[in-house]
Amino acid sequence: MSVGVLDAIWLTIKLASITTLFLLLLGTPLAWWLSRRRTNFSAFVESIVALPLILPPTVLGFYLLIMLAPQTAVGKFWQELTGSQLAFSFSALVVGSVIYSLPFVVQPLQGAFSRIPHGLLQAAATLGAPPLDQFRSVVLPMCKRSFITAASLGFAHTVGEFGVVLMIGGNIPGETQVVSIAIYDQVESLQFANAHRLAAGLVIFSAALLFLLYRSNRQSFWRLPE
Amino acid sequence: MSGLSLQLSTPAENGFSLDIDCQLPAVGVTAIYGPSGSGKTSLLNCIAGLKPAGDNSLIRFKGTTWQSSSEFMPAWERRIGFVFQDARLFPHLSVAQNLEFALKRRGNNNETSFTEVVEWLQLGKLIARLPESLSAGQTQRVAIGRALLSGPQMLLMDEPLANLDHVAREECLFYLRRLRNALDLPIMYVSHDIEEVSQIADHLVLLENGHIEAQGSLLELCSALDTRLSHEEQAAAIVLGTIQSHDAQYGLSEITVAGETLFVNQIEAAIGQQQRLRIPARDVSLCKTRPQDSSILNIVPVEVSEIEETGGSRLLLRLALGEQYLLARITRKSAHALQLTEGDKLFAQIKSAALLSNSLAETTL
Repeated sequence: MSVGVLDAIWLTIKLASITTLFLLLLGTPLAWWLSRRRTNFSAFVESIVALPLILPPTVLGFYLLIMLAPQTAVGKFWQELTGSQLAFSFSALVVGSVIYSLPFVVQPLQGAFSRIPHGLLQAAATLGAPPLDQFRSVVLPMCKRSFITAASLGFAHTVGEFGVVLMIGGNIPGETQVVSIAIYDQVESLQFANAHRLAAGLVIFSAALLFLLYRSNRQSFWRLPE
Repeated sequence: MSGLSLQLSTPAENGFSLDIDCQLPAVGVTAIYGPSGSGKTSLLNCIAGLKPAGDNSLIRFKGTTWQSSSEFMPAWERRIGFVFQDARLFPHLSVAQNLEFALKRRGNNNETSFTEVVEWLQLGKLIARLPESLSAGQTQRVAIGRALLSGPQMLLMDEPLANLDHVAREECLFYLRRLRNALDLPIMYVSHDIEEVSQIADHLVLLENGHIEAQGSLLELCSALDTRLSHEEQAAAIVLGTIQSHDAQYGLSEITVAGETLFVNQIEAAIGQQQRLRIPARDVSLCKTRPQDSSILNIVPVEVSEIEETGGSRLLLRLALGEQYLLARITRKSAHALQLTEGDKLFAQIKSAALLSNSLAETTL
């Protein structure tokens, strides 16, 4: 395998890992809030979060590109903060990936949170647990599987994205050229053997991840390991 | 003030609101009794801080303000133990871990130790199990243990026995009575079952449609004529008696109430022990002279202290037996035939008297 291909694989893993981290940090409170509120505003937020599921990635990528351009407020702020341009950078990929994969993290978490009976949290409160403690010691362990599902889906979906990355990241080897882009690149330059290896690798990785996920989810929701 | 003072007015919710202004004792068992929908659970939730009472509400417990117009102490700071009707054990934690959950968060209030609670409630064999594998009765016992281990200043119990079958219920009542006697812990006990209440309560609060109809000691309130309680079909007076002797030949136990002797089905209880007797109003009949040839065993002299015309064919009498009171429900026709008036000295024939709090004698465990 050429250095470029290895770079692409490493970049993909790095992007997916960082994105997953941000997804959990952002998605958890968001999913919690959505699971406890039933207002028009929360329904609006919910639909915005779900938007990447149906929009073509190019649409999302296009607007992100415009938003992150150097002359916009976000772009300028980033430039002042880091001294480098945001668009066509690895950071832009992270921003795009987080938005693009958000529903894959928020939806399983929201579903799990809304299945936690409110009465259990009341019980925890009467036993002296403040809200954060209730979340940490009741909600988190009861939703452990959903967190694994959410993180895995977020990770896998980031690995599999193409359109958004192409729009806002371009195709800079070592900076924004992830595996999916690299495959496209290899095919364009008729390097079919390389394209084959990468494509097969992605298929095997994704299938294995989903298999593990579905197998573990078949076990009971909150059974302790014996 | 040393007790629990409550001034609650909750915002109306589906036409229902709590409107309460009272002072409750912070000793013994206070039963909150009322039909479903009378606001019993809402009242407990307000006391616990699980549901904010209205803006002008005031809740003070033993000199500490839990809620006022300017303050609201959250539930997790009130140090109350709450036993819910549906137990609410944490399903992902074992029995031991559920108990430890309470233990870890109670701070320095270590009056009750883990081992003590496990022993009192006989949780030893359950300790490693998950809640889903417990029976309803076991589940509720663990819930009681967990509440006790949180180092509470007060225990709130919301119909803790409602989901249990008869056997589990009696068993749980046994443990509750034992705890009541062993611990110096005020308990607020919500129930819609007067027999359950009669067994463990010291103080009684009658709740009706969001407000307090009456409150007082259990013995007094059960025989008061001006409450809904004495007008229920199963209305009964509760009296205190002392076990005198057991008569194995006839299978009876002799109990004295205000110097008078009553016989009940033989029970396993030590001589000299105090027992509560429940005497239904419909099982008490009256005679002007002491019947000499009646098959009814329990005949005691009483004085009519109050008569209430309830309308309809029957009326209700409150009868003094020494310092204690019985209720009798007789037909208006008989009352007129006997020309009953207040102050009359009569003989009450008691057809049945049920002993409370002895369904599970301590010796059988």
